[in-house]
Amino acid sequence: MILQWRNFLRATFAIVRKDLAAEWRSRELFSSMLVFSLLVILIFNFALELDAEARSNVTAGVLWVTFAFAGTLGLNRSMAVEKDRGCLDGLLLAPVDRSTIYFGKAISNLIFMLVVEVIVLPVYSVLYNTNLFQPGLLLVILLGSIGYVAVGTLLSAMAVQTRTRDVLLPILLFPLAVPVLIAAVKASGGFLQGAEFSEILTWINLLVVYDVIFIAISFMFFDYIVEE
Amino acid sequence: MITVKKLVKRFGPKVVLRGLDFQVDSGEFVALLGPNGAGKTTFLRILASLSRPAMGEVQIAGFHLPNQAAAVRRRLGVVSHMPLLYGDLTADENLRFYGRMYGIPEMENRISEVLEMVGLAPRRRDLVRTFSRGMQQRLAIGRAVLHDPEVMLFDEPHTGLDQDACEMLDTVLREVAARGRTVVMTSHDLARTADLASRFDVLSKGKIVASVKREQMNPDQILSFYKNALEQASTIAKNGAGVKP
Repeated sequence: MILQWRNFLRATFAIVRKDLAAEWRSRELFSSMLVFSLLVILIFNFALELDAEARSNVTAGVLWVTFAFAGTLGLNRSMAVEKDRGCLDGLLLAPVDRSTIYFGKAISNLIFMLVVEVIVLPVYSVLYNTNLFQPGLLLVILLGSIGYVAVGTLLSAMAVQTRTRDVLLPILLFPLAVPVLIAAVKASGGFLQGAEFSEILTWINLLVVYDVIFIAISFMFFDYIVEE
Repeated sequence: MITVKKLVKRFGPKVVLRGLDFQVDSGEFVALLGPNGAGKTTFLRILASLSRPAMGEVQIAGFHLPNQAAAVRRRLGVVSHMPLLYGDLTADENLRFYGRMYGIPEMENRISEVLEMVGLAPRRRDLVRTFSRGMQQRLAIGRAVLHDPEVMLFDEPHTGLDQDACEMLDTVLREVAARGRTVVMTSHDLARTADLASRFDVLSKGKIVASVKREQMNPDQILSFYKNALEQASTIAKNGAGVKP
């Protein structure tokens, strides 16, 4: 049992390490996600001429639109890299539980998304003159990103098998990610507007439940999704 | 080493493999010949546990697919016409990654040994995307033999290679076979497989229609053997004697 766990973790982190090393060299995925995110918040900044109160009302929505779209770019690219040179077959041929591939890719995707968020948050704070560095808000961003990546990695593995993968992923992902996006927007808005913690807790619970459910579903079904 | 019985594979309404039977003994080098669409790649993907059959039995090195897929994969090395390598990693990093996935002990020595074998030791620190197609294919073989598998599957490994690269690849293939591994290779290149394989099987319309051992035939007769096998299979199919799915 311990040996199985060790093999599981070794393979999972081998994938994470490989993804980070490849991305460090190419910076393809990270740069496209970051540039896209910065452009979105810049466009919103000029499009919405807002006073301080209105600004705090739209902040949560603008933030999560940015994270969701940038995340989709990253999810698509991350799995396409595996498919284009046949590397997904290379991973599937390894004598490890195939859920290691899911967890490895999901952790890498989460790291890329969090790095982009770490850069976007201070830029957003400056542009919109809003303090986003609140522990509660950061927790919501982490939970929301985990949920988004959990379902997104599963669906990107499905979409990458098709010829219309770039179009298919958002079509599959956004309807399924609606609960996590609504909960994240509501919880983020609650923290930004200084709502009672008891009001926000419901949304945080929803985020936690969503994360657990989708990680469990992906663990169970990833093998069937990637096999012909 | 490999036993396949009554294998059927369907993609929707299309039947690709129609009750295929196949047997390979330990140490044999079998060339699987056949026209485009015969089902060669699909068959190899099933043997590699990348695809699930609709019906039939597959046993490799005493383990059944798909129930004991992880045990089969541990004993299997696969080379396809795609290199299955990461262009943004060096040759060394690619092998190290796959070494971790396979849990290879004493990885440093094994990687050096494999890179020497495929003639890429001087380029081990170079990014794979800077390699020629031939070098990538040699590294792909290195990746496939890294965990010292008992069975090797090659799916048209010569595709897209120039003459020199093909000859270099053949040298590596001979070395792989000389180490006593069981090899199944699909190919369109009859002349090249005639030099390499110890047995030739012809796959047509999802079934093995002919099989001959190297010692039963001169290498220059392979083309006529192949054409005759396909003609006979076509006649049988026209007369309705073929196996219905």
